[in-house]
Formats: sequence, C-alpha cells, structure tokens
Amino acid sequence: MHSIVCVKEIPDPETPASAFAIDPVAKRAIPAKDKPPVISPYDEQAVEAALRQKDAKGSKVTVISMGAPTAEKILKHSLAMGADEAFLLNDPAFEDSDSFSTAYVLALAIKKIGQFDFIFCGRQAGDFDMGQVGSGIAELLGIPSVTLAKKIESQDGKARVERAFPDGYEVVEVSTPALITVSNELGEPRYAPLKGIMAAAKKKVPVWNAKEINAEASKIGSAGRHTSMLKLFIPVRESKCEVIAGENEEDTANKLALKLREVKLI
Amino acid sequence: MADNKGVMIIGECVECAPVAITHELLGIGRKLADSLGEPLSAVLLADKVGDAAKNVIVFGADNVYVIESPLLKDYITDSYVDALEKLCLEVKPNILLVGQTTMGRDLAPRLAFRLGTGVTVDCIDLKIDPQTKLMVQTKPVYGGNALAEIVCEKTRPQMATVRPKTMEPLPRNDSRKGEIISFDAKLDASKIRAKFVERVKEKVEGVKLEDASVVICGGRGIGGPDNFAMLKELAKILGGALGASRPPCDNGWVPSTLQIGLTGKLVSPTLYIAIAVSGASQHLSGCSGAKNIIAVNKDPEANIFKVARYGVVGDYKKIMPPFMNKVKELLKG
Repeated sequence: MHSIVCVKEIPDPETPASAFAIDPVAKRAIPAKDKPPVISPYDEQAVEAALRQKDAKGSKVTVISMGAPTAEKILKHSLAMGADEAFLLNDPAFEDSDSFSTAYVLALAIKKIGQFDFIFCGRQAGDFDMGQVGSGIAELLGIPSVTLAKKIESQDGKARVERAFPDGYEVVEVSTPALITVSNELGEPRYAPLKGIMAAAKKKVPVWNAKEINAEASKIGSAGRHTSMLKLFIPVRESKCEVIAGENEEDTANKLALKLREVKLI
Repeated sequence: MADNKGVMIIGECVECAPVAITHELLGIGRKLADSLGEPLSAVLLADKVGDAAKNVIVFGADNVYVIESPLLKDYITDSYVDALEKLCLEVKPNILLVGQTTMGRDLAPRLAFRLGTGVTVDCIDLKIDPQTKLMVQTKPVYGGNALAEIVCEKTRPQMATVRPKTMEPLPRNDSRKGEIISFDAKLDASKIRAKFVERVKEKVEGVKLEDASVVICGGRGIGGPDNFAMLKELAKILGGALGASRPPCDNGWVPSTLQIGLTGKLVSPTLYIAIAVSGASQHLSGCSGAKNIIAVNKDPEANIFKVARYGVVGDYKKIMPPFMNKVKELLKG
C-alpha cells in the first residue's frame, strides 16, 4: 500500500495580530521576524493520518510539497515523523499560484510518483483557508474524494471514513484509490522522535521543476490561475466603543439589552 | 462566456424546508442579480424536494430548478457534483453561490474544478464592481488578520461560498411568482464511487465554540469556577457557546477546551460578549473574527474596550443578572 501526502509551508498561524504585517503589493503576509514558517497544521494531521495507515498496514508514505526551497524543512519534518520519502516541487514558474494551478502541479507530481491507494491533504491551508486543492487534485486525477475526515479505516480496496460534522460525524464508504482531506478532529500529530530527526537529516529530498513533471506553462503559477486577488488588506478595526451607562446597574443592564435588540444582535 | 447569465444559488433543505443559509443565499443572490439586471434562480437537490421549491420563490428566487433522485437523498460528492455539472452546462449561470457549510465546503471546490472555473470560499461580502460587472469576493485570510478581495475574470460561473450569518435574508413575500423547473440529471449509479452509511449525532453540551454565532467569554475577573454558571446560563439563553480567556483555563476554573486565543480556539461569532476579560493581545487574536464585541469590565482602561462596539464599565456580578432578565423578556416578546 502507498499513501501520498501533500503539505504546504505557511506563515506561522500563531503570529499575534500585533506582529502580523502584509505586503500589499505582493499581496502576501510578511513573516514575523521571530516566527519562522511552519507546516500547515491540518497538513501535519494529514501526515499523521498516513502514518496511522502505515502503522496498521505497513504502507509506504510519500510526502510532497509545492513551495519555496525553504519548504524542504517541512518535508524533513514529515520524514522525521515517519514518512519514507519526500519530493519538493520548486520552480520560479510555480510562484503566485492559486488553488487551481497548485492542484495541477501536485496532480502531475503524483502521476510521476505512480501508483497509490490514498492521497491525504489537510482540510484547508492555515493561511488562506481555501480548502480546494485536495478536491481539485482528486478531480484532475479522476478519483473520488472524501473531505473533513477524522478517522480512516481501509480494507480490500475500500475505505470507511468518518467525516467531522459540527454536531457529530458522518460515515462514508469510498473505493480506493481515493483522496481524503483530514480535519483536526483526527487528533494530535505525533512528535518526531530524535531517531527520526537524525534519519531525516541524512535523507535527500529531490527537487522537481516544471519540466520534470511535464507541466504546461499556461497551467502553472499565475498563468494557471482561475481567480485573481485584487487586494489584500488589514481591516481597520472599529476603535470607537460606545459606552452604555444608566442611572444604576439595572438601568445600564436594560439599556445594553435594548441596544443589542435595536442593532439586531439579539 | 458571454452567454452566461443569471445568479444561481444552491439551496439546502432539511425535511423539505429550506434552512437558514438558503435564505441568506437568496438575500445576497437577489442583491447581486438586481445590480446586474439578471434573474436569480435556486437549485434544490434531494430525493423529494416537496414544498421547499415554493418556499425559495417567496424568499426571493425568480425560478427554481428541482433535481430529484433517490441518489440525492444524502449528500455524496459524486452524485451532487454530477447533477450540478449537468445543470450548469445547460443553464450557464454567470454567478453560482453555495453556503460555506459541511456540504458546501465539499461540493464547491470539486464542482469548480469540474466546470473549469474558480471559486472563493468562505466569503463575508459579495458585490458587483460597477465598471467591470465582476463579482468582487471578500474573504478573511491569515486567521482573520487580513481580508482578500478576489475576482474570477476569465471563467464562468463566478463561484463563491458564503459564510453563514453574514448575509441578510429577505422577508417572505407570498405575492412573488416564479417558475418551478424539474431537471432530470440522468444520474448513473455506477459513477458514484462513495456510499453514505450513516450520520451519528454526538451529544455536545450546547453549541460548538468555533461554529457558534454567539459566544459568551469569561476572563480572569470572573474570579473562580462557580461564577461561570452565570455565563453558561447567558450562553444558553442566547443559544450561544461558553468560552474563556487563558487565565480561567490555566486556573482550572473551566476546561482548557474552552480557551479562546492564540493557543486556543479561533472564534468568529456575530456577537461576542466578553465579561471581565482584560483583552490581552493573545486573547484578541482568537476573537478578532467576532463581528460585534460587547465588553463588560470594571476597569475603564481595559484593552478590551479598544476593540469593543459597546462597553459597560462596572461589576459584572451586578450587571449580568438584570441584563439576563431583560434579554429573556425581549426574546419572549
């Protein structure tokens, strides 16, 4: 059995609002100085999901990422957690991709890697929260997709997937090969053991460019976008607080309640 | 692409009744359709659609496409995407809106890829640019720290999913007339590669914090575990969820699963009532997505007032009981 996991390097989502800055021209976040980029948290859980398949079935785990050369770090992290091999998709032509050009590149890389039973992705990236690349890869490869998984059991060319719902879960059975996107309800990803970190440090992460995956120039990077971003901005927060005060506490409380009703908040 | 016309929304129903997001989609859909001078249609998919079709007309749609099949009884990606692909190829909408719900999150991206178009998910604002006539799609990114405005220029339909509770539904208007069009999607069971097995409801106390439209949050100033009962009661009255800033969690007054902030949960309710919360920045980054923050705090200098829309300076123990009574009275009446 073989699982392929797609991961993305993103600015640390734990960056506090006060340290958060954007480059409005390049339309992206400027990483905070003391906060290096990280693996998108849901993607780390996707690695965990693949490793659980490995624990249960002894399947091989391959991890891929499209990104800057620095994304090698999150691939090494995945190897340290227990993945078997990793590939980085890096080419200046991949820059400024949207979900569509990203899914195209990842789908081509998966074709090059070859046969698989599962593709795991995080339910959405922790930066743009689009949640499209997984479904897109499945569509491009012509395989079924199941999103928001919290538990995956596989047997005999089928998988039983529990999908996280706000008030519980739904059970879906799907034929494999299939693409599964993983939700945080799956549980905490494992720590990379020291042995894993040392082994990962020695492993090579091959880098593939556009030519090596036979990508068409019109479908990658900004040329392959289906959407364009007009503007990225930090919203101006209302700093005017209207203080509600009455003659006494009860009067204040009534005024507050009536105010909230007036502006339709209750 | 020049052929594409009209705004279409994908409705969701429970037992033949449109749910809230459907009304909200009709509300924003109507606005977009009117500013383009194009019609608004709705699509309903189910094994039996029933009265829902009439209902979406009185809430704003000019016509309704009804797609009925036993294969559409429960949501399954393949069957819904196949049916909607066929409908979109025939009707050629200019704009297609879906709710950012469990269904919409799954459906919209796959359908967009199938149709070869673009989609922006989790939009909180949609408007037509008067010059380009494109739908400008606004969505929060980077955990709500920034907003992005996105357009889909080259391909149709322009697709977006809409965050629940961000759009105004229209009032019911029984004099509205519309056409109900039955569409045969000719679904092929052999092409559906996944099977719905069951839905399991888990007992959760109250509403899930991340999804709640109302959040009542207590801070260090609550003073101890017992007083959280009052906040819990208020959350119950307003159909909301209880949360806390870090100190009550660190002190063990409430479970750490209730923590809102940088190292806890990110919430984005319509109404966020912060009670005895000072407003440390690590907490504020967890509730920056809240649309309306109401602060109750003894200290008029507390940081929370800088982000609050309404504030009350005073002792929450004296303010909250009469406030809760008044709210109950207003909700009844």
